[in-house]
Amino acid sequence: MPAVQETIDQVKAIDVDQYKYGFVTDIESEKGAKGLSEETVRFLSAKKNEPEWMTEWRLDALRRFKQLEEPSWARVSYPRIDFDDLYYWAAPKSVEGPKSLDEVDPELLETYAKLGIPLAEQEILAGVEPKNRVAVDAVFDSVSVVTTFKEELKKAGVIFCSISEALREYPDLVKKYLGSVVPVTDNFYATLNSAVFSDGSFVYIPEGVRCPMELSTYFRINEQNTGQFERTLIIAEKGSYVSYLEGCTAPQRDENQLHAAVVELVALDDAEIKYSTVQNWFPGDKDGKGGIYNFVTKRGDCRGKNSKISWTQVETGSAITWKYPSCILRGENSRGEFYSIAVSNGYQQVDSGTKMIHLGKNSSSRIISKGISAGRSQNTYRGLVSAHRKASNARNFTQCDSLLIGQDCGAHTVPYIESKNASAQFEHEATTSKISDDQMFYCLQRGLTEEEAVALIVNGFVKDVIQQLPMEFAVEAQKLISISLEGSVG
Amino acid sequence: MNASVPIKHTQAESDLFERYESARETLAGSVAVSALREAAVDQLRDRGLPHRRVEEYKYSDLRAFMKAAAPLAAAAELSRVQAILEDQDLFGGLERYRIVIANGSYLPTLSDVDALATEGVTVTNLNDALSGEHGAQLLAPPKSGQNDGVVALNTAFVQGGVIVDVAEGAAVSRPVELVQVAASSGAQATRIKVRAGTGASLHLLETFIGDTADGEVNSVFDYDIADKAHLAATRLIVGNCDSARLLTTIATIGAEAEFRSLGFMAGPKFARNQQFINFVGENSEAKIYGVTMVGRDDLADQTLIVDHAVPHCNSREFFKTVLDGRAKGVYQGRINVAQHAQKSDGEMMTQALLLSEEAEMANKPELEIFADDVICAHGATSGQIDEDLLFYLRARGIPEAEAKTLLVLAFLSEAIEEYGEDDVTEGLEARVRDWLASH
Repeated sequence: MPAVQETIDQVKAIDVDQYKYGFVTDIESEKGAKGLSEETVRFLSAKKNEPEWMTEWRLDALRRFKQLEEPSWARVSYPRIDFDDLYYWAAPKSVEGPKSLDEVDPELLETYAKLGIPLAEQEILAGVEPKNRVAVDAVFDSVSVVTTFKEELKKAGVIFCSISEALREYPDLVKKYLGSVVPVTDNFYATLNSAVFSDGSFVYIPEGVRCPMELSTYFRINEQNTGQFERTLIIAEKGSYVSYLEGCTAPQRDENQLHAAVVELVALDDAEIKYSTVQNWFPGDKDGKGGIYNFVTKRGDCRGKNSKISWTQVETGSAITWKYPSCILRGENSRGEFYSIAVSNGYQQVDSGTKMIHLGKNSSSRIISKGISAGRSQNTYRGLVSAHRKASNARNFTQCDSLLIGQDCGAHTVPYIESKNASAQFEHEATTSKISDDQMFYCLQRGLTEEEAVALIVNGFVKDVIQQLPMEFAVEAQKLISISLEGSVG
Repeated sequence: MNASVPIKHTQAESDLFERYESARETLAGSVAVSALREAAVDQLRDRGLPHRRVEEYKYSDLRAFMKAAAPLAAAAELSRVQAILEDQDLFGGLERYRIVIANGSYLPTLSDVDALATEGVTVTNLNDALSGEHGAQLLAPPKSGQNDGVVALNTAFVQGGVIVDVAEGAAVSRPVELVQVAASSGAQATRIKVRAGTGASLHLLETFIGDTADGEVNSVFDYDIADKAHLAATRLIVGNCDSARLLTTIATIGAEAEFRSLGFMAGPKFARNQQFINFVGENSEAKIYGVTMVGRDDLADQTLIVDHAVPHCNSREFFKTVLDGRAKGVYQGRINVAQHAQKSDGEMMTQALLLSEEAEMANKPELEIFADDVICAHGATSGQIDEDLLFYLRARGIPEAEAKTLLVLAFLSEAIEEYGEDDVTEGLEARVRDWLASH
């Protein structure tokens, strides 16, 4: 790739506000009552016309949630969250599902325009026929507003819809898989999500189908004081393949906002799921005020033989990130991958990593994690690799590198490597360093400014991961990284 | 966190409180020392023995392991100690000085006090110092393990020990063996303070021999390494025993100084060798090695925290573990680099070789870095013997068992040889062979 030109362009692009997605869209929205109680859950469930068993499922989760304590082991600190002071339901007024683009709230379209979505969906929304089709299940606050390409996907037998819709249309599928990867009581935030999840995506790829396009969801946290609790469920039947993109931005705010999503992936025999995320929520201002709290539970279950799940993430936003996309490698020869870039600047706190749990014979996994900390941020990699008794010939390779920019930041690595099988082979390596003076000197000597040089070197540092991203995401990711690091040198 | 809710004590914990009640009158120390002991027992009462919910003991649940706690060992019989010393010489033939502690108490009559004095080494009975004005300072907990349960257990029950002072500039010509003898049943708790003066150099051998005592052995070694001093500490935790072996190192390293240590473990049912290394002077170096062999259903735990609190220090951590049977090996290492500790260099490596299907290894190599101009790296591997290597040797007519021995020896020797105390290299490699022969 023409790295130099691209980097220079990106650095030019930095010439805007540090967080260019900071704005509030003025759309009237409908809110439920504040507070977390059985009434809230019943109200939520009723609003969404959910079946009885779903309401009970939520209530059960709520009861369990009340007995759990907030975990404190992560290297993040934040003021106590008052869960009774949050709204658990907010939906844009134009909720009826527009038949055509003309019916879509123009402000909403403007929002997408402001987001500078690099993918084809801008055009899709504007009615232009794109070359590479990307299906968007746009989540504006909590309810899916526009779903495109549904018909075409349907032809292939792929189900791609909001989880609320799936609950109405395909209750058996949802009932079978929901909570089967991340159980209701898995952890504090997952339990909260189970009780009050608002909406999210549901994907079902039937046996032998290669999903004809990449599926994409854009999340927007928009309404003030609204916790957003997304729930995503992706099921890849035998021999199927799907690539799913998730990207996030959020408006600038004073108050901290909570986001506790749950993502469940199920891959059956010979199936493959590729899940890519670009996360760029408001990280707080330069004094560390505001910003999103991002407590996410993401887990994939390689249930079948030869199944594969791959997580790729670019994390540049959020005041607090607490996120460990994991793979349960249950099937024989199953494979899990985790590619991550976590950039923290300002007062951001990132505690992220992965879990690779090897249960099946010949299962293999690969972890590449690149952490970049600048400003006064703290960036922690926390990961688990384990091989159970029966996981003969399990293989893992882990590499986690950290780059420190500036004197006030921290980079930490906390790996847990547990082997209970002699034939399992685990390798782990980690390094922490700063940008070397030699590299800087070389770049400066060739006429780059300090900031350009840093952007260039950092891009090289994260290249291994960027290469794993789908094309459109890769471009956006590189821009995000440069923007996130603005002001970290000099 | 759980201090507010009273915990239900285990049998061992109840035994420990009883032990304390019956021994408190006889335990040495000033009023301040007694207060420290009391506080340590209170901590034990509040939190219990360290267990798997305590992050540092996640893999080594002492609370679950200790079913009961024996009373403290009574004073040893001199003749019995002599017999053991003659019988169980872990460094046969090696010329060295000896300092003998038996059943937790220093025995000057069996120690080479005069010879050491000519080399500039003074040995003082810990109990005398504990009763003195600065007694409480001798029981200071490690900086990065203020509330460590094993150290608290030691503080509560310290029976005795020694203070070894190495004079400024003294280069002790032979290794000094600090041998702790169990001459009867019962638990032992000792504290060893070593103060290496400016520019001094010393090689310590730390050994534990004697009857397989039914009580736990808990020993804390506290080293003060002055500027430009060199200290090497070779610790042997060997021999089959069914009770816990709990060893702690606290090292404080001055400027331009060097600290090297090797923790060699083979045999005990439950062994933990934990080290807290703290750089307080610039341009110093710490090299920490571990060689662990663990079989049956035993547990061996090597834990360390290296604190780079000042700039320009290097540390190297290199740990090797061989596992057999249904054994469990644990390595937990952490390198901390403080914000102003620029130009720190830390390099940590842990490697495990699993010889049996049912053995398990837990590695947790951590980095915690707050300074930007540093180079820190860690690596961890675990696996079994390379079939290709085995084939190579067998193709050359070497029987399988012998080929395995060669490969395991080569694997462990890497650490022993890099440690580089030639006096003990051969002896340690012979112990590796012994262990392999018995497995």
